[in-house]
Amino acid sequence: MSLLEVRNLNVTFASSHGTLHAVDGLDLDIAPGEVLGIVGESGSGKSAAMLALLGLIPPPGHVTADVLRFDGLDLLQMRPRGRRRLIGRDIAMIFQEPMTSLNPCFTIGWQIGETLGVHLGLRRAARRERTIELLRQVGIPAPEERFSAYPHLLSGGMNQRAMIAMAIACNPRLLIADEPTTALDVTIQKQIMTLLFQLQRERGMALILITHDMAVVSDTAERVNVMYAGQVMEQRMTQTLLAKPAHPYTAALLDALPERAAADRRLATIPGVVPGVDDRPTGCLFAPRCRFAFERCAVRPALHHLSEGVVRCHAPLVQ
Amino acid sequence: MSLLAAIDVSKVYRLNRGIFRRRLDLHALDRVSFTLETQRTLAVVGESGCGKSTLARILAMLDQPSNGVVTIDGKSASPTDLKARRSVQMVFQDPYGSLNPRKSVMSILEEPLLIAGISRDERRSAALAMMARVGLRHDQAARYPHMFSGGQRQRIAIARALMLHPRIIIADEPVSALDVSVRAQVLNLLADLQMEFGLSYVFISHDLSVVRYVADEVLVMYLGRIVEQGTRDAIFLTPRHPYTRALLAATPGIRNPGAEAPTPGEPPSPIHPPPGCAFHTRCQHATIICREAMPLLRRVDGREVACHRMEELSR
Repeated sequence: MSLLEVRNLNVTFASSHGTLHAVDGLDLDIAPGEVLGIVGESGSGKSAAMLALLGLIPPPGHVTADVLRFDGLDLLQMRPRGRRRLIGRDIAMIFQEPMTSLNPCFTIGWQIGETLGVHLGLRRAARRERTIELLRQVGIPAPEERFSAYPHLLSGGMNQRAMIAMAIACNPRLLIADEPTTALDVTIQKQIMTLLFQLQRERGMALILITHDMAVVSDTAERVNVMYAGQVMEQRMTQTLLAKPAHPYTAALLDALPERAAADRRLATIPGVVPGVDDRPTGCLFAPRCRFAFERCAVRPALHHLSEGVVRCHAPLVQ
Repeated sequence: MSLLAAIDVSKVYRLNRGIFRRRLDLHALDRVSFTLETQRTLAVVGESGCGKSTLARILAMLDQPSNGVVTIDGKSASPTDLKARRSVQMVFQDPYGSLNPRKSVMSILEEPLLIAGISRDERRSAALAMMARVGLRHDQAARYPHMFSGGQRQRIAIARALMLHPRIIIADEPVSALDVSVRAQVLNLLADLQMEFGLSYVFISHDLSVVRYVADEVLVMYLGRIVEQGTRDAIFLTPRHPYTRALLAATPGIRNPGAEAPTPGEPPSPIHPPPGCAFHTRCQHATIICREAMPLLRRVDGREVACHRMEELSR
């Protein structure tokens, strides 16, 4: 059974130009202990979809779904109070910029301890003990001293470790990591990713990894979801997707990677830009930039089932 | 004679830490030397705090080196020499922050020519020609930066840098703020412009997959010093310095299965650099000599490396 089941998730914003679709009909399943990658460029709706799961889309944003179920619990029917009890305990999230997502006015130890107090009802001494244990698990040296350090005293990598400690504090069953390493240096990125996957394996957590970088998911995620302008374009097993992309967008995205190009040759480019929320085409969202586009692409394609996975294209590159 | 050369360039920033604490020197750059030929691309790679942006500022003459000289065509580059200054222009990382939001594209592109004292009609036609060259339409000339996407803004920034027909472009992380599909367009544009105008690039980046694609020569920096310097193939195919190897191993890539263990620790503070080799605190091969003596750059099979143990390690 799926740990998380999402059917037809929509995130919309009402504006003077009409309704803007940040996320448009997203389906998602994740099994316990699975690693799912969500890849997309800016404006693809990958972060908005995850914020919607956590109930973090503020008004005037509007979230609708046919099914939104976590571990058998219907998140749509749930009252905000019950949902708050779930979020942070069973579903946790790591945000992109550790420097801006931690509160500068409180110590690292206090911020991690807050989660433990709210969800597990731990008292002060127990919180401290458990927090230091968590700091040690995420590889922060001298955790007793770091416990009372403020975020500005720590480096970006250390702050991200503290964020991870906070996220895993209550043993979540689903961890959502939104570009966890984008703001960090290369050698630190590698450390953080290694830590994240080590914790994922040890605890058997399901992990959703959101990234703009195809290379990051290539060696970590079992399945990948490629998003473009609010819709899923392709969802397949990572290795088959990398070897034989089914959607022209995925194929073009892979070709545009410099590491895939032979040096001294021109990079393959995708003409034009990602459409904004207010200027989306009526047909296939990628059609204006697609080199395979033909008449039928003026009609928005539905998801087609492949031998494994799905693709949203009238003429997928593999059958 | 090289187009651009840096000879033993050092930069020390004096930190004033309040009245009661001792002043401290921050060695942002320590004896950096390199040469750049016409129509070549030199990539500078390293993590934050390694001095790559300080180097960019010095090369663009926005800052003065504390020691050493930068020469253009063999002549020492002085900030008062307008001709030298015009031959070096800069493209910045963030196209959202580096364009004046209150100026139209036309006035952004005209401004360098205005300072050079060129007539209005000539300015206009030069700006329009440059817009066409970087892939912007003429009817976009009256628009303001906020009306453009990130990739288009970077095109404007590149056009602005080219208005005075420089010979050297210092590009500080020019594509790291862009989406993958747009990044390829800008990289191709930079390659085309290099051919067309005979430009030389100093390309500063932390992204090794981009560097591998654009660079002729690569300079790897750590804590203000060059640790390895050589041709692209030397650096990417047979890296010698443990730090270069660590960087390559840490870069996620489709070709790189990422099985190796990550490099432990973080770069030390440039205010209190460790004695000896700056990388020894994180290097798994470090021995006593690495902790005590600073390694000098030595020439080994077609590149320069600053490592005491490279002979043993390369075996």
